[in-house]
Amino acid sequence: MDTHLPSPHPSPGGRGRSPVGTLARRAATLFVVHGILIAGAVFILLPFVWMLITSIKSPAEIFAVDFSLWPKHFNAVENYGFALQKVPLLRFAANGVIVCAGILLIQLLVAIPCAYALAKLRFPGRTALFALVLMGLCIPIQVPALPLYMGLAQVGLLNTYFAIMMPFFLSVFAIFLFRQFFKSYPDEIIHAARLDGMSEFEIVWLIVVPSAWPAIAAFSVFSIVAHWNDLYWPLIVISDTHLATPPLGMMFFADAETGSNYGALTAAATVLTAPLVVAFLIARRRFIEGITMTGIK
Amino acid sequence: MMASAVAIAAPVPVVRRDRQRLIEKLAGCGFAFPAFLLLLLTNLVPLAVLLYLSFTNYELGALDTRFLGLDNFRKAVTDPVLRRSLANTFVYVAIVLPGAVGLGLLIAVLLHRRKRTRTFYEVVYFLPVTSTLIAMATVWQFILHPNLGPVNGMLRAMGFGEIAFLSEPAYVLPTLAAIGIWQLVGFNMVLFLAGLSAIPRDLYEAAEIDGCRSGIDRFLTITWPLLGPTTMFVIITTSITAFKVFDTVAVMTRGGPMGSSEVLLYAIYLEGYQYFHMGYAAALTLIFLAFVLLFSILQTFVLERRVHY
Repeated sequence: MDTHLPSPHPSPGGRGRSPVGTLARRAATLFVVHGILIAGAVFILLPFVWMLITSIKSPAEIFAVDFSLWPKHFNAVENYGFALQKVPLLRFAANGVIVCAGILLIQLLVAIPCAYALAKLRFPGRTALFALVLMGLCIPIQVPALPLYMGLAQVGLLNTYFAIMMPFFLSVFAIFLFRQFFKSYPDEIIHAARLDGMSEFEIVWLIVVPSAWPAIAAFSVFSIVAHWNDLYWPLIVISDTHLATPPLGMMFFADAETGSNYGALTAAATVLTAPLVVAFLIARRRFIEGITMTGIK
Repeated sequence: MMASAVAIAAPVPVVRRDRQRLIEKLAGCGFAFPAFLLLLLTNLVPLAVLLYLSFTNYELGALDTRFLGLDNFRKAVTDPVLRRSLANTFVYVAIVLPGAVGLGLLIAVLLHRRKRTRTFYEVVYFLPVTSTLIAMATVWQFILHPNLGPVNGMLRAMGFGEIAFLSEPAYVLPTLAAIGIWQLVGFNMVLFLAGLSAIPRDLYEAAEIDGCRSGIDRFLTITWPLLGPTTMFVIITTSITAFKVFDTVAVMTRGGPMGSSEVLLYAIYLEGYQYFHMGYAAALTLIFLAFVLLFSILQTFVLERRVHY
């Protein structure tokens, strides 16, 4: 931490003041700045810390009147064991992986060629299609949800992985994002590839896509975070516990199985939150880029 | 793009150019077709069905359905449940918006000049954005528990009475809003940091020579005006996100106590997927869409302006 250290750059604000006064002023400023930042950080971290600590506490200590921060007896094995045995936690996590991977794969397969066509090819209906894409950007999932639910019920596909993934196969946002990216790709290279006898299909997947790696990575982060954490749509189409995604599984768990077993509940919350948080800590830049670059949605 | 295509295409024989145009047309249609089909299936057809449903009294499994015209919308205008949930949603937005935007800006301004500690704080504040809100909401519920939670424990230790954050009608919306702010601050902070890094440093030095000595002076004369477009953008995205509040309500309060935290999306969820009043739920969904579109139009307008800035 850089608290109370004078900056190596001379402060222009200090001109005409004594150096001691300037130093004192800087120290006071730093003190206030870090005071506010730390207070905010405590508020942000509170539930994370409380979750981790409770997940290793014994019930006796959780229900004790005089609460202590650090547990006297570690109950981690019991709590995590209970959570993993009583509830298919790993199943929820696996469902999350299956759903996120399935959605992302189809989103990329559908959006990339379409974005390339919108950016680089002249074909009938291009302008109309792009207008539809822009319109689609404004429609949240809660709007088509009702008819989609009725349709899936009609064909008997509720309570399937397909039902969870289907509304998200098309990401108009991905099309919009990739089109922006592809537009700046030099036409000369595409023409040269055509003269070399490459098909449009090969041009997209072998030449343009590798250059769009940053956009694809950013979108992937955005998509995975959004669908790992989504509750609204899975809540509507899934009632079978074995198909629950992490948030839905957490909700089932909190409702029924544990009652007031807070140790196990927080252990479950830790297990289901951990994958994304760990991924975020490893690929910090990519995460922040991905989620905020796509912040338009 | 057109210009360069023509320039390169000019010397090649006409036959070959025509062939290239045909290939482009076929490839373009082929590449766009799967996306178009899915757009039709997951957006356009559902929208049309939704519009139709909103004029009927259709209920899932019902045998006869009548055409009602605008009755569903007339009912919505006077429906006390809808009025309450809309009012609650707006109260929620009214608390989250200044909180998440103001705090996001404050943290970003304080963090912008930090060098060594910036990464640490960035990670901390961004943590809630990536974590699963449902899991964290369950933890919050526990933290705010009247007997077992540390917050009330602290209040007791300081000699105050307990506060039933989630079961007292007057406190439940502010409590949910505080959790909403907790989740959004880091996101807004990153957007503001990006905006701040686009402000040239020498402007501050120039202002200092012109007599802007204190940090607050510099903020008001340079940072705030130059950050205007970013701020507008953050305000609108925050409004849309806050307007769509659902998760915390579904997990922590289920609209209670006594409907004091029932919000628009939760009301739609109950009507459509618990009571199966599809016609009425469709009308409510269109009202929800109208609000979201209003925000989105504002957003496009602002984005347009940001480009020209």
